[in-house]
Amino acid sequence: MIVPWGETRLVQGNEAVALGAIAAGIGFFAGYPITPSTEIAELLARYMPLKDKKWIQMEDEIASISALIGARLAGSKSMTATSGPGFSLMQEGIGYACMTEVPLVLVNVMRAGPSTGLPTQAAQGDVMQSRWGTHGDHPVIVLAPSNVMECFELTVRAFNLSEIFRNPVILMPDEIIGHMRERITFPLREDVHVEKIPVPDVPVEWYEHYHESASYVSPMAIFGSGYRFHVTGLTHDKQGFPTRKENEVIAKMERLKYKITRRLSELEDVRMHGMEDSRVVIFAYGSVYRSALAAQAILRKRKKRVGVFRPVTLWPFPDRTVKENLDSKEVVLVPELNQGQMIHEVERMTADAVRVVPLHRVDGYEITPEEIVNAVMEVV
Amino acid sequence: MPTVLPYEYKYLRAKKRFPHVWCPGCGIGIVLGSIIRSVHALQWDLDDIVMVSGIGCTSRMPVYVDFNTLHTTHGRSLAFGTGVKMANPDLNVMAVMGDGDALAIGGNHIIHAARRNIDITAIIVNNNNYGMTGGQFSPTTPAGARTSTTPYGMIEPSFDVCKLMEGAGATFVARGTVYHVTELDNILLKAFRKNGFSVVEVLAPCPTNFGRANRQGGPVEMMKLLKNNTINLSQLKAMKEGEATDKIVRGIFVDRDVPSYDERYRELCEQAKKAAEAAK
Repeated sequence: MIVPWGETRLVQGNEAVALGAIAAGIGFFAGYPITPSTEIAELLARYMPLKDKKWIQMEDEIASISALIGARLAGSKSMTATSGPGFSLMQEGIGYACMTEVPLVLVNVMRAGPSTGLPTQAAQGDVMQSRWGTHGDHPVIVLAPSNVMECFELTVRAFNLSEIFRNPVILMPDEIIGHMRERITFPLREDVHVEKIPVPDVPVEWYEHYHESASYVSPMAIFGSGYRFHVTGLTHDKQGFPTRKENEVIAKMERLKYKITRRLSELEDVRMHGMEDSRVVIFAYGSVYRSALAAQAILRKRKKRVGVFRPVTLWPFPDRTVKENLDSKEVVLVPELNQGQMIHEVERMTADAVRVVPLHRVDGYEITPEEIVNAVMEVV
Repeated sequence: MPTVLPYEYKYLRAKKRFPHVWCPGCGIGIVLGSIIRSVHALQWDLDDIVMVSGIGCTSRMPVYVDFNTLHTTHGRSLAFGTGVKMANPDLNVMAVMGDGDALAIGGNHIIHAARRNIDITAIIVNNNNYGMTGGQFSPTTPAGARTSTTPYGMIEPSFDVCKLMEGAGATFVARGTVYHVTELDNILLKAFRKNGFSVVEVLAPCPTNFGRANRQGGPVEMMKLLKNNTINLSQLKAMKEGEATDKIVRGIFVDRDVPSYDERYRELCEQAKKAAEAAK
């Protein structure tokens, strides 16, 4: 038994990701060594052969994500783990997976950049890359855990969402979350829900690889199952064959978009604390959310009513919920381990009357509760 | 005059996807015909065949055949194919690539696929240039040759694909041409049968781009060049000692029996499980 079901253990964030992948039924892992994500690959190299699952270290990150797509098309749920520089190399494959609607899970343990940057230190500099990194319009789903338990739970959720939406899902712990150790209690096996795309049951000649079902996400045949289909990164028709016909191109592009936007409520995941009575809100995600909660406790003791708003699903951005909850506030403080990325989304969704205040830290260290407290005291 | 045999239609998406994109006089269709005849001779079930490709003229091949077909990103066909083969080792995986796809942008992937010895058959159609983008030089453009990006002649040396693949660890390495089609059929048959990474380089004309830029004539003249500028291994052996040749050699250069990556991975799983059992 690899996942210690129902037991309480001291676990590292990256380790929890690896165990979450096992819990979600990973069948294939391909990766390339990169700090600070390497523990995920190392642990899976140890676990996966014990279950006859396939694990491989490829020659680079481009090869890794390419192999994932091949493996999923042949029937194995697949995942890779990387960090900033590798994430940039994987953008090519992310676009291909979006276009060909192949599920996969990509874990990007965020370190400070640009370029090699600070390889062992934390940042949240890849937030916009995770949204717009690959070329062309494309749908993305990105989740950001804030503790070790969530590393486990959100890895399972990432696999499930990738299967439900036939789309790559990116899990983005920052280095602090990936390397922190916490005591967690694993769920019981029967309490973990695992999704897999249904395989088609129509006669072979009726099969459409990109069938427009009511959910916009069709069953997916796999190679070797008797449904012989074509997969291409060229814009394609329902069967998967290249097309330049206007109506078919538009139908494809719109389905890519609507399969996500029509089910936003299933994807949205936000946490709000003390929002009702506060005129000041701290908007934070990832490791910074922890500091935000600690800062809120300090401020409450000083009789300062401050709320905390956290998106767990970073993309698609929770537009409506942000508007509903932040538009009436006086100040929204957005502390981030970058020079200001998510803050633009907050500004976009709030009225001009709301003061949206940044707090940046880019030296690879965490934003402390005290820094947030000081920033709040300055603005109120 | 080559003819399409009736059974070959069974392998083609004949009604759906034709006419094809290749220029008159292109050699890629001949390679496709050879692949189909070899697959037919092996009696492989179409459901069990996966043809992977990257980007380029050769990489358009998969859309025309009724296998499981995967047209990927530039240079990555072997990486995608590695995932397919590992996820389901029962599938027969082949990768079709052009020279630029396989050796420039895909150079890293092909040497590591060979080193790993994953059970994939790699077919490289070498027409000495990037045809699809208008005839730029590739890693196999001969020194001195003109292309759209070497207007004053190619100054870089070119790869010897077969030596490169032998050095990287491929278990089967061969070279053929689209002129010597019966020979190519036999080479491909052996390559498909081989357990391990097999590479077949197929020399092919590109009259539209390379031929035109280098004044090599039309399709017929370029076919004659393939006939006259190559010799097979027995012709090479028959040469006197010390006699030099500037001809390109055709034939099977490497054919060795080494456990494939797939077999070694299976063993690894068994060993890991035994070790875990013993540690209990």
